[in-house]
Amino acid sequence: MTALTLPSREWLRPKPSALPGFGLTLGFALSYLALIVLIPLAVLVWRASGLGLSGLWAVATTPRVRAALETSFYLSFAAALVNAVFGLVIAWILTRYRFPGRPLVDAMVDLPFALPTAVAGIALAAIYASNGWVGSIVEALTGLKIAFTPRGIFVALVFIGLPFVVRTVQPVLMDLDREVEEASATLGAGRLQTVLRVILPALVPAILTGFALAFARAVGEYGSVIFIAGNMPFISEIAPLLIIVQLEEFNYAGATAIATVMLSISFLSLLVINLIQSWSRRRFGDV
Amino acid sequence: MTGIAVRGVAKDFAGTRALDGIDLDIRPGELLALLGPSGSGKTTLLRSIAGLEPLTAGTIHFGGEDATGLRVQDRKVGFVFQHYALFRHMTVAENIAYGLTVRPRAERPARQEILRRVDELLDLVQLPGIGKRFPGQLSGGQRQRVALARALAVEPRVLLLDEPFGALDAQVRKDLRRWLRDIHQRTGHTTVFVTHDQEEAVELADRVAILNRGRVEQVGSPDDVLDHPANAFVAGFVGQAVRLDVTVEDGQVRAGPQTLATAPPGARPGPAALFLRNRDLAVGSAEGAALTGTITGIARSAASRRLEIRLAEGLPPIEAEVGLDFAAARGDVVGLTLATLRLFPRDPEVGGT
Repeated sequence: MTALTLPSREWLRPKPSALPGFGLTLGFALSYLALIVLIPLAVLVWRASGLGLSGLWAVATTPRVRAALETSFYLSFAAALVNAVFGLVIAWILTRYRFPGRPLVDAMVDLPFALPTAVAGIALAAIYASNGWVGSIVEALTGLKIAFTPRGIFVALVFIGLPFVVRTVQPVLMDLDREVEEASATLGAGRLQTVLRVILPALVPAILTGFALAFARAVGEYGSVIFIAGNMPFISEIAPLLIIVQLEEFNYAGATAIATVMLSISFLSLLVINLIQSWSRRRFGDV
Repeated sequence: MTGIAVRGVAKDFAGTRALDGIDLDIRPGELLALLGPSGSGKTTLLRSIAGLEPLTAGTIHFGGEDATGLRVQDRKVGFVFQHYALFRHMTVAENIAYGLTVRPRAERPARQEILRRVDELLDLVQLPGIGKRFPGQLSGGQRQRVALARALAVEPRVLLLDEPFGALDAQVRKDLRRWLRDIHQRTGHTTVFVTHDQEEAVELADRVAILNRGRVEQVGSPDDVLDHPANAFVAGFVGQAVRLDVTVEDGQVRAGPQTLATAPPGARPGPAALFLRNRDLAVGSAEGAALTGTITGIARSAASRRLEIRLAEGLPPIEAEVGLDFAAARGDVVGLTLATLRLFPRDPEVGGT
């Protein structure tokens, strides 16, 4: 009855509907989110707040922490970018062509999801090390070491982020109307023009989603990276590793401080990507 | 204006023959309908003309020029798809301008010229001022008009439409039909459209080509195909006829125990198919009539009544159209006269339906 006296709470009153269930699902979703996501994050922020804002800032700007944060975010961004391009190509091949072994390739895409990340890290380190068979070739050709440098981190992040773009772009590409491409051709557009002006714009929202997921995953990745990174402070040390180091030294405040900074940067980046996405969805309509 | 000459065109899809030796001349400036049931190859033929399907055999000429080996991009055809195939991330104006903006720089009109052309086309399709909207914000009929404007923008030599009204509701279809006829009269493009709706074909087209199982059964004006169907398939497919399996014997047309009419001179004795249209049947009093039937159903339409009449047990019901003043009730026995006899020998070669 409060709903009658407080019109601003109008939306709380259940409206009769042919498809009931809003209240139930909203309630379930909120409690679920709270238990799994919100409460742990709140505790994290609460623990970190023991340091105060200035304390937090002090931790975040320590040279070693700053270097680790930069390594983490820059490399994650670069890896997600590479995944956006290669994921798109792989999704294209998987949806557009029928070739022997296609189901195998399709299944292989998900392996980075399934493999324990430590196993992936060890395998990558072995292959990309100076005496590994990819690493030795690259070193002979260019003189660049991959494993145990930031380049190694980059390789690991590309590996674990690969499935995201493929799996978000694939269904959209599958639904893409072939007639649209044919229309473009009858209007005189060459294949490249059709791809650039008709197909890619239709895929932008999906690519962005895949990019955001790959980026978020890469920022938080720990298992595979530490085996290939070398973990040299200021050079190839990632922020999650620094958190573990702090924890091992029982410096919980320090660990939560770094975590809180990571959380805010991640949240901001994802928010920006989401805003771009909703803009592009509006732009590209929902026909 | 460009005519199209289709010669011996065949097309196989994974072992099945979709087109089986098509010969068809499309005259410059005419509006031709490709009519046929689903699976008859009409859309495949249209796509072959556009260059969207490589041919298995045969040639296609555009006004004397051999276009068989020409790429889609170079054929200069305007193609309108059944589901519009608009670029949904572009505005209506960008959609229409697309064909002009993808041209190489040297052939591309100036920006101002393109804008002028887009406005002109929007006027032509009677959608002025919607250039800034996105396809998602338009109704089905509006999208189809935009698709046509986009196809016209490149000044195509021929205009090809694949079931252009197939996805629209009845009222919009009617409007768009009249409108397409209008546009054709104004622009004079050689136009080919595919339809499975015989009413649409005869109402809209100058000539109708009737396809069945990858072959052309008949090409002719609406009058030709309606009044002088070339074979049993055409007779059955156009004009909403009821088919009766009959026998021609001793100069009489018989269906089971009933004698329907005197056989026309020259009718071949033996099994035959008789096609009866509503209008071919004159309904009168049963008294003294040579042929009678029992009314088994009455349906009202806007300007007339349709009677369902059974001639004899075991025969399919036939339909007759009568005026609104005709007093009839279910169960009445009426006399019938067959005004026109559309009779085709029943042999498997031409009788396939």
